[in-house]
Amino acid sequence: MPSRPGNGSATKSVTSAALAFLIFRQNAMAAPLSAENPRLAPRVTGAHLPMSQSPDRNAEAHVISAILEGRTDLFHDLIRPYEHTVFSMAMAVLRNPQDAEDVTQEAFLKALRNLHTFRAEARFSTWLVSIALNEARSWLRRHRAIESLDTSDETDRIAPELLCDWREVPSEVLERLEVRNLLRDAVTELPLIYREVFLLREIQELTISESAQALGISPASVKVRLHRARIMLQRRLAPQLRPLAPKRRRFPW
Amino acid sequence: MVIDCKHVWGHISDFLDDALSSEARKLVQKHLEHCEVCSAILDSTRNILILTADERVFELPLGYSERLHARLEEEIRHYSH
Repeated sequence: MPSRPGNGSATKSVTSAALAFLIFRQNAMAAPLSAENPRLAPRVTGAHLPMSQSPDRNAEAHVISAILEGRTDLFHDLIRPYEHTVFSMAMAVLRNPQDAEDVTQEAFLKALRNLHTFRAEARFSTWLVSIALNEARSWLRRHRAIESLDTSDETDRIAPELLCDWREVPSEVLERLEVRNLLRDAVTELPLIYREVFLLREIQELTISESAQALGISPASVKVRLHRARIMLQRRLAPQLRPLAPKRRRFPW
Repeated sequence: MVIDCKHVWGHISDFLDDALSSEARKLVQKHLEHCEVCSAILDSTRNILILTADERVFELPLGYSERLHARLEEEIRHYSH
């Protein structure tokens, strides 16, 4: 039987928790675009919000306090913004939706049970992602599905696919199943050490040092692996995606 | 100082993260101004990263959210008893 997270009484929590909940909800729905990384901006298309639209940190801290004071039901709302990213990560590590779903559930349960150990210096999302990553890694160990033990960052340089020009492939192409499969396969077929770094930086949008912390490696290794992961994806996907770019109109009239 | 294409490829990742020193960044930018190949590599890498990181790439299984919250609810009920 898991222990109750926190040991505070629930006396003052009703009003403050309700307030925190309202602020939280509002921010989660209308958070501004992250200005930290402008190259991610084109991701905002259609009804899909970028994952950088995480809830306000203060509101999140209030919700966490309320949960620890007894409003455990608010945990549902606390994790809602992260359901998709945590699943994506588990899926990319484990490559199987059923296993990824099991691991995701375990990770969220672990987060609930250990919420009292969360320290506000870290972002909640980073903490959550570390738990999920550990769960996925230990699943791989338990199932003896350890992939290539090649953890060396010293393999030969990987050259990118050479092109003479590139016309932007719009994200509307993701409406097509075969394109989503193409991209998913390219990510899931990266060797594990590159896949993990790619996930943390590109999907979870962790910083270099947060990624290093989550993986237990140096920031320099994160940079090397990330570079390789990106070049590997470019090399594999550029020739496949290139024909999907809109054709230039020679005669616009 | 002038840098060649291979040198630029080694900086693509840091360039995208805006993690190059201002001196190295200037050199890369200068190279990109006249090198179509490197510009296309940089543009395609940026574009591909945006596409692969889109949440539609890893679709949630049908009923995933309901199952997750039902499982959490079971756990939460333990706390309230």
